[in-house]
Amino acid sequence: MEKFEALTATACYYPRANVDTDLIIRVERCARVEKEGLGRYAFEMVRFLPDGSDNPDFPLNRPGYRDAKILVGNINFGCGSSREMAVWAIAGLGIRCVIAPSFGDIFFGNCFQNGLLPIVLPLPAVENLGAQLAADPAKATVTVDLARQKVVTPSGEELAFEIEPLRKRALLEGLDEIGLTRLREAEIAEFQRKDRVKRPWVYV
Amino acid sequence: MAETLSARTLFEKIWDEHVVADLGGGAHLLHVDRHYLHELCVSRGFPTMHKRGLEVRNPDLTFAAPDHIVSTAPGRTGGAFPWSIKVMDTMRIETEKAGIRMFDIGEEGQGILHVIGPELGLTLPGTTVVCGDSHTCTNGALGALAFGIGISEVVHILATQTIVQRRPKTMRAMLEGTLSRGVYSKDLILALIGKVGAAGGAGYAIEYAGSAVRALEIEARMTLCNLSIELGAKIGMVAPDEKTYAYVKGRRFSPKDAQLDAALAHWKTLPTDEGATFDREVSLEVSALAPQVTWGTSPEDVIGIDGRIPEPGHASKTDALAYMGLTAGDRIAGTKVDRVFIGSCTNSRMSDLRIAADVARGRKVAKHVEAWVVPGSVGVKNEAEAEGLHEVFLAAGFQWREPGCSMCVGVNEELAAPKARCVSTSNRNFVGRQGPEVRTHLASPAMAAAAAIAGEITDVRQLLR
Repeated sequence: MEKFEALTATACYYPRANVDTDLIIRVERCARVEKEGLGRYAFEMVRFLPDGSDNPDFPLNRPGYRDAKILVGNINFGCGSSREMAVWAIAGLGIRCVIAPSFGDIFFGNCFQNGLLPIVLPLPAVENLGAQLAADPAKATVTVDLARQKVVTPSGEELAFEIEPLRKRALLEGLDEIGLTRLREAEIAEFQRKDRVKRPWVYV
Repeated sequence: MAETLSARTLFEKIWDEHVVADLGGGAHLLHVDRHYLHELCVSRGFPTMHKRGLEVRNPDLTFAAPDHIVSTAPGRTGGAFPWSIKVMDTMRIETEKAGIRMFDIGEEGQGILHVIGPELGLTLPGTTVVCGDSHTCTNGALGALAFGIGISEVVHILATQTIVQRRPKTMRAMLEGTLSRGVYSKDLILALIGKVGAAGGAGYAIEYAGSAVRALEIEARMTLCNLSIELGAKIGMVAPDEKTYAYVKGRRFSPKDAQLDAALAHWKTLPTDEGATFDREVSLEVSALAPQVTWGTSPEDVIGIDGRIPEPGHASKTDALAYMGLTAGDRIAGTKVDRVFIGSCTNSRMSDLRIAADVARGRKVAKHVEAWVVPGSVGVKNEAEAEGLHEVFLAAGFQWREPGCSMCVGVNEELAAPKARCVSTSNRNFVGRQGPEVRTHLASPAMAAAAAIAGEITDVRQLLR
């Protein structure tokens, strides 16, 4: 997995609440477009107008935000379907970090599988940050320091965030979860050996 | 190790029993008892397996069926398009090579994974059930710990039969009272989502309890648990009871004879102990509930059929009203509809079809409405046809289709036209879910059938005999 290193980049505020993974990537794209091509279709229903041109009202289309690597969202970001292609699509836009007051649980986990950092900050902090970002794209630079667990806002304020230690290490070092679990094969085999005695009906 | 005397919840008991290793910092390696695969799990997951040189560790605990992209057109033979036919072929080849049981088109067992898991006796109380589909929470109705995952985790399970998880917080939803006539578990859970919000359950495993839950039959409990993810919770469950045991017994893969006795003894230890505590408690009195219908683009945008569309309290809700082509202050009843969809892992089981058929019997679908009934599995379809339900639907002017996810997710291009208004028994009214610009109203099978007959959103209680 790609490592997450310190990131200083333009951040873009997308204040829509309950952004679901269907909105992030349509299901037919999930079925038919290769991983590397999904960025083109990210948010397509709101990012483009029916004639295929850019929707000027979509935040990432506004001048100064097209190169954003940090997306600031609203409550329940990434809710709904488990499709990991939503993370691939957002990553395909060049986004490396999403900051929101809350996330869909499955999307949140999928982010870590792909080296994309989801950060939970309190709603007032997100709204305040969002207002700063929307005010002036020239002053919309945010730093995400994973090692210190701080978000540095354009005004210079440092906001602390929580991250579970194993996930932090996995991002910083680019650890491979499957490889690590396979090292525990003996423990898995031992679990199943005992479990087959205790709950034989499970093993059909 | 000293025996723990502390009272535990249903969720905690199942979680604890599946811990293979404590990874520290709150992360656990959990054993997966049941891994269900649909077409896209295979087409997206197996290339990674091959690239990394990984083998399927436990094909015996892995089960596959086409549901997402398979056509549901009458007489279908597979996918409806070259690309979907190719995905179906990939699924057959990969599962056969790996020794994974697949329930293919036309076979008893094919259907929506969250319908067939319980139906085949694969989903059992106390098991961990995982699938690359967020509505895996449906299986929690049998007292299983079931949740949806992404493709990376699908590959992790294929390779190791385990998953790395962080223990969620626990929530109990106490649902008390008696549902009135014409009001069903779909209405109950929609009302709860309206009360708690679409993010209200984020980070929690929910246990549904209380007199209203005990009174629900198992299929109705599946509808309840199915919408847990729409509450923000990836896990929803109901403690097993006598109804659960009666449901599970005698199914194709469920334990028999001496194993059944041992399993029953184990399952009876699972319900939440008296005195066990939850991180959060919510409650809902259900006796006064009216049939529910959504008006917006999140399942939390829900009102009773006798209600008026609320004033938007947030810019997102203004957008939702514009998308839906509705006006705040108007009554939801009387809104003209173009399409009706009865199906999905939420509401496509025998009890759902019987309820819808009772409304449709002897009546006609309105001329301007195209209405579909999509049974959840081959088993449901066969049973419904044996009862003659298909004849009721066909006589009324509904289409009677083959099992699959169909218009709930639309990946097989079973969609409505732009700006069409669809009353749907599915689970998501998201922007574009049933096709670009399509306006989805979530409701119970009874309400959907009533909308098909009336040609508009209407109170089904006026049609009940």
